[in-house]
Amino acid sequence: MELGERFTLITGRTADQGQGLHEGKDSEAYRLATTLVEMNPEDMARLGIAEGQTVQVQTASGQTTALAHAGTLPSGMIFVPMGPTANELIGVETESTGMPPFKGLTAGVKHI
Amino acid sequence: MSRTIENVVCTFCGCLCDDIVVEVDEDENGNSGRIARMRKACANGRGLFTHYDPTPQPPTVDGRPVSWEEAVAEAARILDKADSPLIYGLSSTATEAQRKVVELADKVGAILDTTSSVCHGPSGLAMQAVGEPTCTLGEVRNRADLLIFWGCNPAVSHVRHFARYSALPKGTYTPEGRRGRTVVVVDVRPTASSRTADLFLQVAPGADFEALTALRALIQGKTVAADAVGSVPVSQLASLAEQMKSCRFGVVFMGMGLTQSRGRDMNVSELFTLVAELNQYTRFSVLPMRGHGNVTGADQVMTWLSGYPFAVSFARGYPSYGPGEFSAVDVLARGEADAALIVASDPLAHFPAAAARRLAQIPAIALDPVPSLTTQAARVVFPTACYGVDAAGTAYRMDGVPLRLRPVLRTARPTDADVLTQIIEAVKSC
Repeated sequence: MELGERFTLITGRTADQGQGLHEGKDSEAYRLATTLVEMNPEDMARLGIAEGQTVQVQTASGQTTALAHAGTLPSGMIFVPMGPTANELIGVETESTGMPPFKGLTAGVKHI
Repeated sequence: MSRTIENVVCTFCGCLCDDIVVEVDEDENGNSGRIARMRKACANGRGLFTHYDPTPQPPTVDGRPVSWEEAVAEAARILDKADSPLIYGLSSTATEAQRKVVELADKVGAILDTTSSVCHGPSGLAMQAVGEPTCTLGEVRNRADLLIFWGCNPAVSHVRHFARYSALPKGTYTPEGRRGRTVVVVDVRPTASSRTADLFLQVAPGADFEALTALRALIQGKTVAADAVGSVPVSQLASLAEQMKSCRFGVVFMGMGLTQSRGRDMNVSELFTLVAELNQYTRFSVLPMRGHGNVTGADQVMTWLSGYPFAVSFARGYPSYGPGEFSAVDVLARGEADAALIVASDPLAHFPAAAARRLAQIPAIALDPVPSLTTQAARVVFPTACYGVDAAGTAYRMDGVPLRLRPVLRTARPTDADVLTQIIEAVKSC
């Protein structure tokens, strides 16, 4: 997959991810909470992506699929909750700190 | 019949709220059932207590229930046989167990890293580089009139922080509570926290360092020859600089927005330097928003015992420090670790896929009160007690204040410290 239009990918905690992990990381609640990609609504409309649609997300480190969800993000930014789905997109370059690049990666989004 | 316990410490996050009320169902002999009801805890904290199943479980080897002695022997065999064992985690266990982990790492010549390396490790590097202008949450509650939340979203991750420690409480010198404080949020996107702020500065992703440098210049009275820095209008930065210089006591709370973005420790060093310089004008402090309940304790214990907060190798017979070299993600990504002991954390859920895949390939031992992706894949699993729920211990709040954890349930699960002590003894006789 070509990256196509470039987005800045941010990963992080969400309230649902926090609740889902108490249910168990093999629970449906956790899977739903961590298998989504939040996008700016206008970016979704421009790319023809509907709410709840499965999209492919790719970075230089990997790719995954997630459900698109309109969020309060600036145009050009996407957000994936921390967890196994986000991990597929994160590289292991820590720049001598131990910290992988969990925020600020360049990513592409495509509906499938 | 139920028993009510007051002033319980919740260990879900670094807030360590110590005012929780827990009701436990018990039979007529005083045997604990599950936790029935809770008051004052946030949703995250409630989940920690009410979803916990304290039923004693046997340890497993390759998914097969075994005796504790057999599991300890297998764990010791794995660690003894490994050329380069990795020990990782520590953030959700008690200080007593963390001490044992360091002892074990020393004994087997392991690489020892904590969840700090994927959390506030860069803040640790910044502390080492430029110092840490710190304070306690009690000082914030009673004195702070300007609060700046930079790259963090406590409304989601530290839910009671605003109410107990920062924005809302009425303290000795802050009798008006929220009305007497100014709250500023700096982030790359609007959040549940920014919506409660008096001022929200939206900085471009990866541009925190530039915005902080511009703030330092403006505070020193210099002119910034640009309309905006990191997408933040310089007029807004100048106004914030003035507020920072003229407040009575300001505090910055900072999070992963700085440590996980481009610049990492350099971002935090710039912020710590800015805060140190502000003390020429007024009183100002900065506190990292520590995530897991005792990740601050992990830093403390590691530093007492090895001299370094995380990413330490004992392979040479003495502690060597090396973020990027001895940090878990790097060690796994390079395929260097050939066995792992994971204590109270879930790296298979939170490491980049390439590092997680390597961890899933090597023989692993996991100590955890609850099932996780890591316990599912580990060869040896010890279902231990949960400190603060069914075991006593010590944890450090995000501001470095240690609090005693009392068990609210009476159960028979062994603690992490118990199991680690047995593994240390077994390793000695390998």
